[in-house]
Amino acid sequence: MRSPAFFLVSFAVGLVVFVLARMLDNDYLFFAGYTVLQYIVLATGWNILGGYTGYVNFGSAAFFALGAYSTVVLHKAFPMPIPVLMLVGGIVSGLVGFGMGYLTLRLRGAFFSIATLALAVVLQTLIVNWDFVGGSRGAYIIRPHHLEIFDYEIGYIQYLFFTMMVLAVLSLTVARMVERSRLGYGFATIRDDEVAAEACGVPTLKLKLIATTLCGALMGMAGAPFPYYIGYLQPSSAFGLEYAVNAIAMPMIGGATSWVGPLIGAVLLGTLQQVATVTISSAVNLLIVGLLLTGFVIIAPNGILGLFHKYFRGKTDFVGRRRVDRIGP
Amino acid sequence: MSALLEVAGVGKHFGGFIALDGIDLSVTQGQRVGLIGPNGSGKSTLVNCICGTLHNEKGTVHFNGQTVDGLAAHERTHRGIARSFQLPRPFVTMSVADNLRVPLLYTVHTRSGRHLTVEEADARCHELADLVGLGDKCNKSPKDLTQIEMRKLELARAMATDPKLLIADESMAGLSDSEVGEIVNMLIKLNESGITIIMIEHIMRAVMSFSQRLVVLDSGKKIADGKPDEVIRNPEVERAYLGQ
Amino acid sequence: MGITAELFINALIAGILLGGFYAAVTVGISISFGILDIVNIAHPAFIILGSYIAYIMNVTFGIDPIVASIVVLPAFYALGAAVYELYYQSFEKHGQEALRGLAFFFGLLFITEVLLILVFGVDYRYVNSAYTDHTLHFDAFDIPLRMLIPCIVALLMVGLLLIYLARTFIGRAIMAVSQDQLALQLMGVNPVSIKRIAFGISIASASIAGALLIVIQPVEPSVGREYIGRIFAICVLGGLQSLPGMVIAAMLLGIVESITATFYGPSWAPAVSFGLLLLTLAFRPAGLLGR
Repeated sequence: MRSPAFFLVSFAVGLVVFVLARMLDNDYLFFAGYTVLQYIVLATGWNILGGYTGYVNFGSAAFFALGAYSTVVLHKAFPMPIPVLMLVGGIVSGLVGFGMGYLTLRLRGAFFSIATLALAVVLQTLIVNWDFVGGSRGAYIIRPHHLEIFDYEIGYIQYLFFTMMVLAVLSLTVARMVERSRLGYGFATIRDDEVAAEACGVPTLKLKLIATTLCGALMGMAGAPFPYYIGYLQPSSAFGLEYAVNAIAMPMIGGATSWVGPLIGAVLLGTLQQVATVTISSAVNLLIVGLLLTGFVIIAPNGILGLFHKYFRGKTDFVGRRRVDRIGP
Repeated sequence: MSALLEVAGVGKHFGGFIALDGIDLSVTQGQRVGLIGPNGSGKSTLVNCICGTLHNEKGTVHFNGQTVDGLAAHERTHRGIARSFQLPRPFVTMSVADNLRVPLLYTVHTRSGRHLTVEEADARCHELADLVGLGDKCNKSPKDLTQIEMRKLELARAMATDPKLLIADESMAGLSDSEVGEIVNMLIKLNESGITIIMIEHIMRAVMSFSQRLVVLDSGKKIADGKPDEVIRNPEVERAYLGQ
Repeated sequence: MGITAELFINALIAGILLGGFYAAVTVGISISFGILDIVNIAHPAFIILGSYIAYIMNVTFGIDPIVASIVVLPAFYALGAAVYELYYQSFEKHGQEALRGLAFFFGLLFITEVLLILVFGVDYRYVNSAYTDHTLHFDAFDIPLRMLIPCIVALLMVGLLLIYLARTFIGRAIMAVSQDQLALQLMGVNPVSIKRIAFGISIASASIAGALLIVIQPVEPSVGREYIGRIFAICVLGGLQSLPGMVIAAMLLGIVESITATFYGPSWAPAVSFGLLLLTLAFRPAGLLGR
């Protein structure tokens, strides 16, 4: 299926979900659904760098928070519609991703990962010390009650849900497009054997920078609407532990070699966590995610997709990469 | 005939250990060169420095009249230098055909400026696989190949870059006599089509039957360079292999 | 002597003492990352675990925290050996340590922090020992004992490890395993066993480092994350395989951090190590005394 067709089909699916939720007329569904959609974007972004290219990003919270705080800064200067905020958040996070990649990607993969880990701590320090965005006290973002489109009133949370749904569909389309393209082949060679990739003519540094920028940008876009969603943004919630662990756990549990994995992981784990938060404490919730991640990495490193391939596809001819749609730049 | 590859005074050290000590090597277009030497003499290090995988602190490397110093490995591949690895390094999450596709996508494609269609690429992958006898393994994972088949894949992948210079690093280790002959014939045919080849080998039979010229390394230095029969009878070369 | 000069000298001394402590925190990673090539980003978690265990023993039995950490050394060693065994069987054996090994250690780091939150909550914990409240007073500067003692213990520990690695058979085998596994095997030494011992030692060092930490400052579960940047900044600055280089780098970081905290405020401290890390990676990735 060509990418534009995929986008339209996925968008249609998302639209159906949206309409169904409106019919059930329960705002909680939109609040919970927003979080799941947000995780789809985060997990997909992470996976482009982690699953496809093999470079682990531990600082997902940093990129997410950058998007959120770009919104706060703009909100205080002059408020803008959500899609524009997403774009800004994406650009800011993308640039930071690029910068960090430029400094660390020439070295071993481990140095990049460590730098991302340290980045989150440092950014949090900077934000906590920055009074313009509220510092450690936090910032209030008043969420409008509703949005008017062509005389039609739509609850604001429903608007947020809708935009995040579009972003989720977009990110899945991009991930799938990358995976099936020449770029996707390049990423896979970097993951498999970077030295051999170079010998084959793959410009590894350039591709790694593309992956890092894409990953950062997607995460920043996911974070941009967050202040409106939550109403009161503190550094501890923007840089929350759940973003760091879920961005890694969801793709790795779902299956990191394809765009489907992060989707499965985000929907499954995201929904589970939404249900669990009501019944058990959030700390226990996170503990379970951490245990699941570690467990899967040890026992089923190819995730749910990997298990599916192993038990249902059998050991016939190699179920490898999908066919390339087109060989272009 | 001008030199295709000009290595001048190349030196490389790892900490206190000097792996290469001022190597000079000149390879003319179309030559078949054998590179031999005892283990640890620096053959693979030299290859790595020529190809850009390692950076030589001293000396220069010129290819096709231009300097390649400072160029990344992939850029040198684009210029026409290809190599196979001593220990095969296939892309394990891809099929054999896809392994061959990567150089097409990233070297041939870049060079020609014209995009290969999917069909052309597929055809070329099969052609290359057939050339090394892996035609029926195109859809297999490299993990399902034997050691020998992996070495053939290594060679085929290097050939897929359409190189001017091919450096074959011990591609025949562990092969049977007939397979060695097969590979030597294949390399000679490649050479006849215009590709300059440097063969690094321990199997003397293959080296002698292939090389027009023989270069010997020992402890990071070049100790012999000339016609194979003469080099073989050089007492220093004997000493290097048999010890003092 | 002017106020600024006095402030500076105190900051310098505090920085040196802090640097000594940072060396103890980092030596475990010098072994696991520098020598064994295992990217154990969960090391801070083991340190914090050490802090909390020292805390429990101090509060329950009144034992001095540093003594307590030495008492539990064998347990930490065993824990390290067990973790390495799991890591080796699941990842290293199959050459999958790049993505999965990292995710594994991250999982450990995460689980430890969350477990500590669940058991102890997010309140700061601190210990009381004979020297926590004493300070040595000199003319131009002060030396708080709660910083001096950990620094001395830290440098002692690092010194002992240096001697062990240079003089004993197993110590030298550990140094060798990073350079030539084959040679070791030919000598009849199992590289995997050596690595297991080394990793066990690395985690055992975390036990002591943890006790030193909680003597110097109050501790809560997320403190570990601040140390990740510091540890790796020191490792990179000091050159991965050079232990003396690591100690110098630790001192350097301690001094820079201390001076920054004194003149610009303590909340900037975590940014210092990261800034240093980025600068080093950008301009001198081999470190001060590295390969």
